Amino acid sequence: MKRKYTGFYFVLPGFAGVLLFYLVPFLDVMRRSVCAALGDGFVGLANYRTVLTNEAFQLAAKNTGRFLLTCIPCLLALSLLMALGIRELCRLTWLKNLYLIPFVIPSAATVLLWQLLLDRKGALNGILEGITEPVDWMNSSAAFGVLVCCYIWKNLGYHVVLWLAGLHAVPKEILEAASMDGAGRRELLFHILLPYLRPVTFMIVVIAIVNSFKVFREAWMLAGSYPQENIYLLQHLFNNWFLELSMDKLAAGAMLLALAAAGIMGLLWKFWDKEERS
Amino acid sequence: MKKLFAHAIIAVMLFAVGMLAVLPVLILFSGSITGEAELYGWIAPILGGQEGFVRLRLFPDYPTLRNFVELLLDSPEFFQMFWNTQRISVETLAGGLLFGVPCAWGLAQYRFPGRKAILWCYILLMIMPFQVTMLSEYLVLKKFGLLDTLAAVILPGIFQTLPVFVMYRFFSSVPNALLEAARIDGAGELGIFLKVGVPVGSSGIFSAMMLQFLECQSMVERPLIFLKNKQLWPLALYLPEISPERAGFAMCASFVAMLPVLLLFFSGQEYLEAGIVASAIKE
Repeated sequence: MKRKYTGFYFVLPGFAGVLLFYLVPFLDVMRRSVCAALGDGFVGLANYRTVLTNEAFQLAAKNTGRFLLTCIPCLLALSLLMALGIRELCRLTWLKNLYLIPFVIPSAATVLLWQLLLDRKGALNGILEGITEPVDWMNSSAAFGVLVCCYIWKNLGYHVVLWLAGLHAVPKEILEAASMDGAGRRELLFHILLPYLRPVTFMIVVIAIVNSFKVFREAWMLAGSYPQENIYLLQHLFNNWFLELSMDKLAAGAMLLALAAAGIMGLLWKFWDKEERS
Repeated sequence: MKKLFAHAIIAVMLFAVGMLAVLPVLILFSGSITGEAELYGWIAPILGGQEGFVRLRLFPDYPTLRNFVELLLDSPEFFQMFWNTQRISVETLAGGLLFGVPCAWGLAQYRFPGRKAILWCYILLMIMPFQVTMLSEYLVLKKFGLLDTLAAVILPGIFQTLPVFVMYRFFSSVPNALLEAARIDGAGELGIFLKVGVPVGSSGIFSAMMLQFLECQSMVERPLIFLKNKQLWPLALYLPEISPERAGFAMCASFVAMLPVLLLFFSGQEYLEAGIVASAIKE
């Protein structure tokens, strides 16, 4: 009997903290999402309706969705290519350490450089002089592309490391056997390496989504609380609701975002499960 | 021959991306050892409505340590915030060791009712963006009167679930036979944890702490809404506030802000890598 709960005693202190700071107050958020902002009046789904019909919310949700759909495929493809390249040239494996540097350095430390680079009179326009007209990168529709590049620059190394670990797990015997049977590079890639990567892809995509929310740091530091409308993300909106003390909207919004995150997880999970089975 | 050519192209691409990754560090370093006067020459177009574009360079004509001296001697606010960041990091890590390590051990090595449910809670929380838990955290901190204290940033950080998950992955690979052997030798469960679990899983603990340290050094979201008092701000909120007129100072401050992570990174790359892998891939 004593044995049965030993593990629980180890978990308890940490889990109590998680309960206290995250789970229990989340129940309160759930309650607030169906209550009026002031007082405890029950208003049903009114808050959700307000949030979903809110123009700022629609804009932010659209931008966030567009951002995810753009940057994640780009990041995954690019990092996979680089990982395959490194695998091909084993002598350059040390380079992957350099790729981690953007992930390691604090976002705040690079803001100054981004500013000097992206200003209307910044270094980037200097480099592009003669190729294009000067662009005001952060205050035009180009801001979206800048943010995508920023995200990829920061997370590339992380994902190269992940893909390399995935590639490393492919059994050598199978690769050797296939080469003996006369499989070319292309066959090896499409019929052995990529299928082997399929199970790890699930978590790699999840990690890419998780980290994508942190792009808010760069967006906020470069453009403040009300940036160019293409990069007005859910993170900005939530922050601004917080400053306005719109707790009712914030509660309903948090619930919706939690549902969306859990939904995406579930969907990916199902999708990959099916792939595995077939 | 064709293969050699292909390899050359791949190598050039890999090196180019590597350059893009380290360039910011190099430019910030060169900027921080450049004198104010020369630096104004680089960035004059932004400051004075002058024609032309900003030029960033890797080598200053007249290197100097003036900026560092100014940073070290005449900028109390920089130091205040630098130490705030370090204090947040150290206290979060200490708390993480105290609460997170046993928690990961318990989840990895024992089977008890409710274990699966707790594990799922951790994984779900790990993937939730800060914006989901922001209001929850605020409500608790307000209840305990912790808003506008460093504890408002430190306490939720201590119970962050990602490091626990990373350590859980490492602890799961500690063979059960090792534990059984210790039990037969008469060791208590706590003794096993401290004398077998912690030493065997130390690389996992180090990896998790490294990820957590990086997070602490660059966090923006939490302090942005929980800390109104500027005295408590971490560096990450202060750096964007330095105006471009103080370019030399700003370069230098940015460079010093990355020193702790760079030092740690170069002394323990393999741990960081192991931590990253453990966050996503089951070995």
